[in-house]
Amino acid sequence: MALLDVSDLTVTFRTNDGPVNAVNGLDFTLAEKESLAIVGESGSGKSQTAFAIMGLLARNGAATGRVAFDGTDLLSLSPRQLNTVRSNQIGMIFQDPMTSLNPYIRVSDQMAEVLQLHKGLSKTDAITRAVQMLDAVRIPDARARVSMYPHEFSGGMRQRIMIAMALLCRPRLLIADEPTTALDVTVQAQIMTLLGEIREDFDTAVILITHDLGIVADFCDRTLVLYGGQTMEEGPTAPIFADPSHPYTAGLLRAVPRLDREAEVLRTISGEPPDMSNLPAGCPFSPRCEIARDHCPTVKPGLAPMTDSRHRACHATPAEMHEEMRDG
Amino acid sequence: MADPILSIRDVSVTFDVRPQGAWPWTPSLKLHAVSKLSVDLMPGETLGLVGESGSGKSTLARAVIGTIPQSGGQILYEGRDLAQMTPQETRRHRRDVQMVFQDPLAALNPRMTVGDIIAEPLITHEPRTPRQEVKSRVAEIMDKVGLLPNLINRYPHEFSGGQCQRIGIARALILKPKLLVCDEPVSALDVSVQAQVVNLLRELQAEMGLSMIFIAHDLSVVKHISDRIMVMYLGCPMEVGPARAVTATPRHPYTQALIASVPIPDPVREAARYRPVLEGDLPSPLSPPSGCVFRTRCPKAQPSCAQARPAMEAADPDRLVACPFQEVEEVLAEA
Repeated sequence: MALLDVSDLTVTFRTNDGPVNAVNGLDFTLAEKESLAIVGESGSGKSQTAFAIMGLLARNGAATGRVAFDGTDLLSLSPRQLNTVRSNQIGMIFQDPMTSLNPYIRVSDQMAEVLQLHKGLSKTDAITRAVQMLDAVRIPDARARVSMYPHEFSGGMRQRIMIAMALLCRPRLLIADEPTTALDVTVQAQIMTLLGEIREDFDTAVILITHDLGIVADFCDRTLVLYGGQTMEEGPTAPIFADPSHPYTAGLLRAVPRLDREAEVLRTISGEPPDMSNLPAGCPFSPRCEIARDHCPTVKPGLAPMTDSRHRACHATPAEMHEEMRDG
Repeated sequence: MADPILSIRDVSVTFDVRPQGAWPWTPSLKLHAVSKLSVDLMPGETLGLVGESGSGKSTLARAVIGTIPQSGGQILYEGRDLAQMTPQETRRHRRDVQMVFQDPLAALNPRMTVGDIIAEPLITHEPRTPRQEVKSRVAEIMDKVGLLPNLINRYPHEFSGGQCQRIGIARALILKPKLLVCDEPVSALDVSVQAQVVNLLRELQAEMGLSMIFIAHDLSVVKHISDRIMVMYLGCPMEVGPARAVTATPRHPYTQALIASVPIPDPVREAARYRPVLEGDLPSPLSPPSGCVFRTRCPKAQPSCAQARPAMEAADPDRLVACPFQEVEEVLAEA
């Protein structure tokens, strides 16, 4: 059985301009120890998916559908029950480590709190465990530094503390929401290497949410490409990058300048990111799609299997897509 | 050979920093944001600046546009020293050198319409321009950067990030500058939009014969847009050379580490690549390491590195590298 089984997940926000769907009927599964990348641009609903799984949606947001973690539907749990799952079973790392750590509380106390609350450890035991975990995420001289405040650490170190904190209860699933976006490339490489090692050591399944196709290629078994709150394409990472089957994925891969390639002019995707309050009834990508058919804006393409492990949502067949996207 | 449009000679920029809780009579600390950096920019050329945050890229850019005074060395714009310009020359320098900022929305006044924002530099520098001409020049530049003319009376918040950046570019270009300083112009944009803006900048540069200083932390973007790249670390230049050469065959250990940490969106190549990870963080610019500033994180550091700062040596004709132990490393060997 899959560790996480998300089916027909829809996230709706009540706004002054009426309801806005951030995520529209998302389906995916994640096996034990697997790593899945959720890739998308701003407004694609990638972070809201994570927040919905964790029950962290803003007050005006509501999630419907089913998020089964190990068989229990997280969306139907009470906040109390959800608290036992969070951190114990599912850990989360956020984009900006400074704003997710409490600046007034020493790292030792913040970390110990997790263990005292979830595992009922005494404070001294909890701090010992916290130090071990900081060692595991390679914070030099962890014993002395554990009693420092968050601002006394650099950005990369803070992100290590966040990772250590998320791992304290040995969760079976770790959700990393843009964990390296705020960091320099060299520090990003350190953090991604660390996450890779931790996956091996702790046997944790990982959902990595990112807009950076480079770190996906390096890190994830499977990739899910989101646009306008809907899955465009989903499957094992290597074939998706080698041979994208959706015009959006193909366009995205062509639009990224690559260090190892020469290109005079970058191929672009025309237009702007989608307006979530005003999506077309059909495929959300159709206004920007260079091979859009007449019926694309009105008829929604379903997510259909392409091979055993790959799914895509497009009216054009992969062969037609390759033919039409080759030039232009 | 033509004269450089901009010549930066041994420029240092320092800031005074008051230590926390210091007595009023304790001297301020000196933060060396840029130290003894030299580089030339030719007309029509694009110089890319790369380095981690805190490497002094933005400070250098601001010294070039004249908003931060340098504490040592000379910045020559068309042969004239920025620090010794007459008021007339300063005004001309300010016209000729324009800037595009990182956060496109924050850089635009939310209470001005797009038309007013774009027209403002023109009205400031050429107050006698007739209304009609202002209007037609705004329309012309909006067309050039790909903004529809009917958007002229809208406000910045009605636009997406990519369009805001186009407005910022239009504002910078309306005075027909000679040098455009772009400080992380695409970092805040989505990948699909980033490519549009990069292409636009390149088109405009070719069309208007602009020189450009292009700052970004994304090496792939910098390599794509630049003729030459300067790699900076803690305010010091590490390596300067043609963009392709610097990225394909980096010579300085820091350049090599930087390129090794850039992930490539290709799982097959990525798996085959050897990627040594640079450990540690940037040292404090308040007390930079003696000698070579990179030595504390350098895999090739020797005891002699602590003694003197290595000079920029010519590795090959257009390439300067500040490392005595430099050697070519094919970090990105073609598969």
